[in-house]
Order: sequence, then C-alpha cells, then structure tokens
Amino acid sequence: MTPMKTIIALVIFAFSFGAQAVEGGFPLQKADVDVFDLESVRRGAGYFVDYCLGCHSIKHLRYSRLGKDLAIKDEVLRNDIMPEGAKVHESFLTAMHPDDAINWFGVAPPDLSLVARARGADWLYSYLKGFYIDRSPTRPTGVNNLYFKDVAMPNVFWDLQGLQKPIIAAHEGSQVIERLEKSTKGKMSDDEFDRTMSDLVTFLVYAAEPAQYSRLSLGKYVIFFLLVLAVILFKLKKEYWKDIE
Amino acid sequence: MASEKAKSSLLGWIDERFPLSSFISEHLVKYYAPKNFNFLYFFGSLALVVLVMQILTGIFLTMNYKPDAKLAFDSVEYIMRDVSWGWLIRYMHSTGSSAFFIVVYLHMFRALFYGSYKKPRELLWLFGMVIFVLLMAEAFMGYLLPWGQMSFWGAQVIISLFSAIPVVGEDIALLIRGDYVIADATLNRFFAFHVIAVPLALVGLVVLHLAALHTVGSNNPDGIEIKKNKDENGIPKDGIPFHPYYTVKDLFGLSVFLIVFALIMFYWPDLGGYFLEAPNFEPADPMRTPEHIAPVWYFTPFYSVLRAVPDKLGGVIAMGGSIVVLFILPWLDRGEVKSIRYRSGIFKIALLLFVISFIALGILGTRPATPTATLFARFFSAIYFLFFLTLPIYSTREKTKPLPERLTHAIIPLEQREGWHWNLVRRFLAWVMATEAYRRLQEVVVGYVEKANGYVEEIKKKYCK
Repeated sequence: MTPMKTIIALVIFAFSFGAQAVEGGFPLQKADVDVFDLESVRRGAGYFVDYCLGCHSIKHLRYSRLGKDLAIKDEVLRNDIMPEGAKVHESFLTAMHPDDAINWFGVAPPDLSLVARARGADWLYSYLKGFYIDRSPTRPTGVNNLYFKDVAMPNVFWDLQGLQKPIIAAHEGSQVIERLEKSTKGKMSDDEFDRTMSDLVTFLVYAAEPAQYSRLSLGKYVIFFLLVLAVILFKLKKEYWKDIE
Repeated sequence: MASEKAKSSLLGWIDERFPLSSFISEHLVKYYAPKNFNFLYFFGSLALVVLVMQILTGIFLTMNYKPDAKLAFDSVEYIMRDVSWGWLIRYMHSTGSSAFFIVVYLHMFRALFYGSYKKPRELLWLFGMVIFVLLMAEAFMGYLLPWGQMSFWGAQVIISLFSAIPVVGEDIALLIRGDYVIADATLNRFFAFHVIAVPLALVGLVVLHLAALHTVGSNNPDGIEIKKNKDENGIPKDGIPFHPYYTVKDLFGLSVFLIVFALIMFYWPDLGGYFLEAPNFEPADPMRTPEHIAPVWYFTPFYSVLRAVPDKLGGVIAMGGSIVVLFILPWLDRGEVKSIRYRSGIFKIALLLFVISFIALGILGTRPATPTATLFARFFSAIYFLFFLTLPIYSTREKTKPLPERLTHAIIPLEQREGWHWNLVRRFLAWVMATEAYRRLQEVVVGYVEKANGYVEEIKKKYCK
C-alpha cells in the first residue's frame, strides 16, 4: 500500500540525516555555560580584557552596561576589568589599528560582539582549546587549530594551557589527526584551564545578547499572565456558548 | 420614536454621517457563521492579529533602523542593546514573521481539508493566494534588512534565479538589485517595499479577502452551505452571529496562541537556528560565501522543489509551478463534495501524502543538497505535483458519502469515527486506560483539581457575597 511505502521511505530518510550529522569534522566539546552565574561572566570579562582585547573588540558592549548587568560598582569595574585609560561609557574597543593587524596577521581580527550567536558556545570552547603545534612553513604562528583550519590567530593561551601536539593516525589511506596530546605543562591544570575557557565563553555568550537577562526573567510573568487570561477567556466563551447546542 | 432617541445619542450623530452601526451589524452582529467551527478555524483571525502585530512592531523598528549597507547591521544591534525594549520589539517582529507563516500554512491546510476553495469560494481562495505570494515577497525583502551573511547570500541566490529567464533574465535581475551584486541600492529598495509598498497591498487584499468571505459566507467542517437552511426571518438555522460567539471564541484561541508565541519569543527566539539563522549574526561580507546557504524555514519546501530539478531554468519553472498550481486548485478539483469528512479514501490518502511531502520538502530544503537528499527531494516534489495533477482525474468519480442536511459535530467524537486506523487508536487508548500507571496519574490529577476547586470555593465564599 502507498502509505506504508511512504512511511518506510520516511524512516530511511530520517536515518540518512542521522548519518550525515556524524560527518561534520571533529566533534565539539561541551562548554559549561551559565550566564546567570554572574561571577563566571565577571571572571570571563577579566580574561577577555587580559587576553583578547589586545586584538579583538566587542564594539556593541559598553563597560557601563557590563557593570549594570553584573551589578559591579564603577570603582571595581575600573580597577579589575577595564584597561588603563578606558572610560566607563566606552565599548570594549581594541587599541590595535586594523591596518596594522592586516600587516601583522594578514587579516583584521573580527569584532566579537556576536561571535557566540554566530558560532555557538560549544564551538568557541572547542576552538579555544583546539590549538596544536604545526611546524609547517605555511604557519607563521607555529600553531594550527582543529576547528578552524589555518586560522590566522596565534594561541594566546599557550602559557596557561601548555602546548599540544597532534597524534596522527592513518585513516582510509590518509593521515588524519586522531586527538591532541599535551607536550608541555601549562601554568594551569587541565581542570583550571577548562574552567577559565568556560568563563570566557560564558562572557562572550552574555556579550552576544545582554538583553537575555531581562528576556529570560520577564518571560515567566508574561506567560503566567497569559495563562490566567486564557482561563478567564475560556470561561467567558463557555458562558456565552451555553445556549448553543 | 426609537430612531429619534438614537439621533440624540453620539452613535446616532455618527450614523447620520457615517454607516458605523450598519457596518458593525453587517460584518459582526448579523454575520452568521456556521456554529460548528473547530480549532482549525482560529488561524484566519490569528493571521489578522499577527499582521497587525507585525505592522505595529515594524513601525517601532523603523524608528531606529538604518537602511544603509554600512549602518544596517549595527543599527539592528543598537535596537537589541541600547533602545529601550528594543530587544522585545525586534524579537516580536522576528518571531512574528515565522508565526505568520505557521498560521497561514495551517489556514491554507484548513481550506484543503474542508474544501473551502470550492465553488462559490474561488475568488476568496484567489485573494488568499495573492496574500500568500505577497507575504512571501514581504518576508523575503524583510530578511535582507538585518544585512547579515544569510540576508546577503540568500538574497543573492534567490535574485540570481531571475537571471535564468531567457533573454530578459539578466536585465530583470539587474533591475531588482539596482546593481550588479546585492548592494546598498538593493537594501534601500527592499526597505521601501518591505516597509510601505507590500504592507499596503497586503492590508488592501485582506479587506478584499474579508469582503469576499462575507459575501459567500464561511465554509464549515461539514462543507455544506448553511444558507440553504433558513428560518422564517431569513437567518440560517445553523448560523450564529459572529459577534459575540466567535469573537469570544477567537479571543480564547488568541490567548492560547500568545502563550506559545511568548514561550518561543522569551525562551528560544532563534528556535535552534530556524527562526534566526546563526550565520546572520555575522555582518554581510560580499567576499566570503557561507558554508551552506539555506533560506528561512518557510521558504524551504519551494526551495527544495527548485533544487530537485538539475537545470536552473527548469528549477525556476518547477518552483514557480509549485505556487501557480495552488492558484488553479478550485478548477483542478472537480468533485461536488467539499469536506474531507464525506470525500473518498483516495482523496484522504492523497492529501496525507501531500502534507507529508510538503513537510519533507521543507526539511530537505534546510539541508545541504547531498545526492541522497536530492533523490528524496525529487521523490517528494513528484508527489507534491501529482496531488494536483491527479485531482481532475479522480475527483469526478469519487465514491463520496451522503452529505447531512444540517451541521454535525465540530470534531467528530472518537467513538463515531470509522476506519481501521481509528480502531487502532481506540484499542490503544483502551489499553492505556487499563494500565495501573494511568489510574495512579488520574488519581493525582483529580486530587489536584479538587484541591484547586476547593481554593476557588474558599475565595468565592470570602469575597463574592
């Protein structure tokens, strides 16, 4: 029968997608992100200023907005997070000139305002942990990345993480990277480094949509109101429709 | 006497100068709608509400949006971050566009299900189809405005389709873009169309759609004409005044819709990349093509049909055909019986296959075109077209059931449904109800309901004397 054939076709169809999903390169690692852990966002903001702001901006986020959303006093904001000389109503702007960046790296480092929404938290986390030593002459930074092949960005966390080298295995006739292995010890333990990267990613997730605090906290009241309204309107409808059989 | 009294009131004063009372009476209080509408009949009024919502939120977005290739992307982020409540307005608008298509697709499905496109409602269907095409144009042009990667490349792909037309194609594409690539000129003209031209036409067509509806009267789940059975006052026996009966009912439907809408808008506004696509959070870059260009979900069924044909012009014709064929549906279906309740098994199976193929094409359109996926897209495109092309052949010879004289149920009770599949459902439900877990669940639920009723009674006793 025709419906039966369709059902079988649909089942095969569903499975074919399952098979496709596996193909997409190296599996991503899960980032431990909770934007409501304000301490984590705060730490992440600190790491961002220390390690990323040299090249990358977050032009759509002001220091004052961060202070307001995380309930940080201006004093603390100035001392612990903001770089020297920045003003509180300014955005996270890098001092690096784009022309210089092109001279030095070949490309201007992208603005990271929305990177967490464009790439996803897990991708960012995996990417930040995915640098490995690549001594081929085409790699001026001496590193490559599992999740972003031939990326222009150097590994800025090498001293915290330690260096990683790729373990290469033969797979269907070609040489592919099986996994990464530590070759030198970093300043941080693996767990500490994972936590640091999660904090940084959490900050970027916050920076991609600062309104998410109001969005997520407002939602429940609106939905509660609508539920009550729905019950009242249902009763009203029943009342009006009493005489219709 | 009564008229004299009316003249002294404000309403009387207006009525002498403007047909307010007669308008309300004709279109609400004395518009008689069939009394057995079910939930599928919510989607017409919901579409109207969403249209109004899109226009209102759109007005506020326009106040801060900058239709300039250099400023557009940043102005959207400015709305999301610095404009008071800007994020809410923007999410209402972006969720609203997807909601619009969900509501309209269900509204159209209702028409297929109960034969609402058939005589005498052909013009009503045609106006509706023009609204649907305009809505697609509106959504397509609106999607360019955030000026993200997917805005840019999606528009690039779709506009380049016009260049497949022989002889004049390239010129048409150039005319639409206003440049050789998608550029500032394109953004400006799309903004003009999205903000004023198309919405104006949409509102006008909605008026025509409603005027046609109120001339022929609403269809119903039984697909019989209630106007054939009138009482001595000329009122259809199975008709009830739209106001207040359907206004209160639609208000309830609206509240349920808004709950779902709010759930998505507040807790999952990008819906896993389907309502807001991830690459669109990167500014448009003409030098860098995204890995995989996919239109927003509501275009994907038609996009799949396009990709199913190996030739570019052939694909464009097929995609156009998949929409055009909907226009001529009232003349393809030559059967007398409207509602699926009294139509043949062949039609039921055909409609089921059509719905499955539409959804499958939609899923395929969001994925990269692998050889397997293309094969499936061809298979489902064939079913999509076969639904329409076989209709004129079997619809005159269908084995239909006798139509009732008067309206029956809004939803046929489960006990009265015929067919082996309903037997299976009944058997399954009987089995579930016999299980211990179901009994325990029932006890818990009844317990809670009684508790809640107790509280309500207490409040009533205290405050309502």
